[in-house]
Amino acid sequence: MMDTAFILRSSPHLRDRDSVPKIMYAVVISLLPAIAASFYFFRFRALGLYLVCLIGCLITETLFLRARKKPMHSLWDGSAVITALLLAMTLPPALSLELALIGAVMAIALGKQVFGGLGHNIFNPALVGRAFLQVAFPVAMTTWSAPATLAVDAVTYATPLGNLKFQNAISQGTLTPLKDLFLGNTGGCLGETSAAALLLGAAFLFFRQVIDWRIPLGIILSLGAFAGIFWLVEPQTYASPLFHFLAGGFMIGAFYMATDMVSSPITPKGAWIYASGIGIMIGIIRLFGGFPEGVMFSILFMNTFVPLINRFTRPRILGERRRT
Amino acid sequence: MKKKTFARGIHPPEQKHTTENLPLEPLLPPEKVVIPLLQHFGAPAEALVKKGDDVRLGQKIGDSPALFSACIHSSVSGKVLSVDGFAHPLGKPMTAVTVVNDGEDRPDPEIRGKEDPLALSPEEIRIAVKAAGIVGLGGAAFPTAVKLTPPKDKSIDVVIINGCECEPMLTADHRIMLEHPDDILNGAELVRKAVGAARIIVGIEDNKRDVYDLFHRHPHDSPVEVVLLKTKYPQGAEKNLIQALLKREVPRGGLPFDVGVVVQNVGTAKAVWDAVAQGKPLYERAVTVSGSGIPEPKNLMVRIGTPFHHVIDHCGGLQPESNLILMGGPMMGLTQASPEVPVIKGTSGILVWGEARPPREHSCIGCARCVSHCPMGLVPTRLMKCVKYAALPEAESSGILDCVECGCCQFSCPANIPLVHWIRLGKNQILNERRKKSASS
Repeated sequence: MMDTAFILRSSPHLRDRDSVPKIMYAVVISLLPAIAASFYFFRFRALGLYLVCLIGCLITETLFLRARKKPMHSLWDGSAVITALLLAMTLPPALSLELALIGAVMAIALGKQVFGGLGHNIFNPALVGRAFLQVAFPVAMTTWSAPATLAVDAVTYATPLGNLKFQNAISQGTLTPLKDLFLGNTGGCLGETSAAALLLGAAFLFFRQVIDWRIPLGIILSLGAFAGIFWLVEPQTYASPLFHFLAGGFMIGAFYMATDMVSSPITPKGAWIYASGIGIMIGIIRLFGGFPEGVMFSILFMNTFVPLINRFTRPRILGERRRT
Repeated sequence: MKKKTFARGIHPPEQKHTTENLPLEPLLPPEKVVIPLLQHFGAPAEALVKKGDDVRLGQKIGDSPALFSACIHSSVSGKVLSVDGFAHPLGKPMTAVTVVNDGEDRPDPEIRGKEDPLALSPEEIRIAVKAAGIVGLGGAAFPTAVKLTPPKDKSIDVVIINGCECEPMLTADHRIMLEHPDDILNGAELVRKAVGAARIIVGIEDNKRDVYDLFHRHPHDSPVEVVLLKTKYPQGAEKNLIQALLKREVPRGGLPFDVGVVVQNVGTAKAVWDAVAQGKPLYERAVTVSGSGIPEPKNLMVRIGTPFHHVIDHCGGLQPESNLILMGGPMMGLTQASPEVPVIKGTSGILVWGEARPPREHSCIGCARCVSHCPMGLVPTRLMKCVKYAALPEAESSGILDCVECGCCQFSCPANIPLVHWIRLGKNQILNERRKKSASS
């Protein structure tokens, strides 16, 4: 009677309108305020780093997709763009472009594609690229320049956390003011300095339900508790929790890196465990470690535990007896 | 006051406005009805008639000695044309009785109502319900007589009347509630008597305020509480509705009996009343006909065995661009290969629309939306991966058999992964394995 072939499939037959590319581009949009801030503070250094990272990431992604005979549409799902932007934002503004290119290639190759591409990576790809550079080129990765908005003649310039750790900033009274940290008028990685711009973007991501609120909140609470105790006991040696929240890579790490969907837990309880681990690790490294900053290593370290955390934090099934 | 609801779940676009104000109209039965002998959860009935027999409207034409089964009645009067395999909405062809309608609706003379239905004993109510072939009309089609027979060691204190109709697009239950509140409340009272419960709770979602107001104002003698629930899917699923209304949790692998509850859909409650008070067998039901492929959406009272195309023709006909026919709602409905299939007792809706090519599937990005929406507390993406990579024991220990296939996970998946499909596959494999084991031992 009919020559139409009717669709046969299993339910459900309705779908939410959100999609992987839409989520990825929402993250890109949320980064725009911080990207704008990096242009304002570091001028044309920013342009070079963003371009090189984008080119490096997209070309590496293309080569791998071709070699693995995967469909090319994956190139435009937005994930490689995010990796490129986040990597550039966590590089020192004065880093040479060749090194940035190496970082971008490593981020995609070692951080993502060797595991099987989007969704299969254990670590945050941008942080893998950054960690590679940090280990391979430690001097270049810790040479900082002042933002263009500060009239500083010196070629190198200490970051607020470096200042705290190596220059006894608290007793000298040279600790970076919170207002400068909040706005980003200070030294540091390209896109990490302006807490205000990062928070603006993060607010959009909350609204868009892209990031799990438990993760940044858990990191804030655990680092706050850890750093807070030492600060209350010895305020002349240790900086306040608020300083730790606003300084260094905390904001970009807590809101953008740790919340990466692929490399963070999928269970609610798991998110709390993972976040507390990151917060405490940051505290330990910043207060007692050899490096002034510990956000990157803390996140990568906790990334390794995610499969295990997921496994042991299965939610309670409806009707399952509560464990006593 | 904060409205009650269950944990997690989703709120898909309701799309109910097209039919919610359209009263139920009786649909004239077609020239031929095809009445399958399996329309319920359990064993198929065996035919009691053969080719050439004369049958009356409401005459029993199929029955089974099995406990989990339901008898089948003719929905028209006329002559039996054949008893043979026929396309069935559940997918596989099944034995069906085809009756040529003589258009006279000559009733079965044995149909007789009870004098004072509310004075009957529980056993008398159960016998009348079983004789009328009543099954759950919410969609699962579980034999109602079985549900009215709680095991001796379980005491039942609450009867829940399910007026949620949480599936988008469907409004048949909504119309039944508006048009037949007395029958529903009387049916609920019969159910309460049959299971020996103390309370009746009618759960209604807040997108049907008119029904809530009507039931609230309605005079009745039985101990009825009417509760407004926050609209959310799958509120009408038994375990979730029990959680929403009573904060009780049906134990894993258990039944509502285990927490002292019996749940009946509003349409089933009305059918129970009709069966006991008038002796009317279940030979027709309310069906919502909707979707963008239906020119004139309607709510219809349709005789069981009416082919889908007859119903669709009455609503403006099948459109050339339509390529999806569903029995049931858009979240749990079954796709149909052909509009020839008949309406059965579980047909709550006939939905038709046209769809372009399916959206692109991506890898799981671990967004955890399936986890935060699963009303059963499962981790659907993990279950999917367990099935995909053949780790069935792990799928089982992760709770795959607790899945009710509501589709919340797949609805919210931005990677368009057919999660429910994978989970169904895994459940089937596990259950087949179990069957093999018990057969060999």
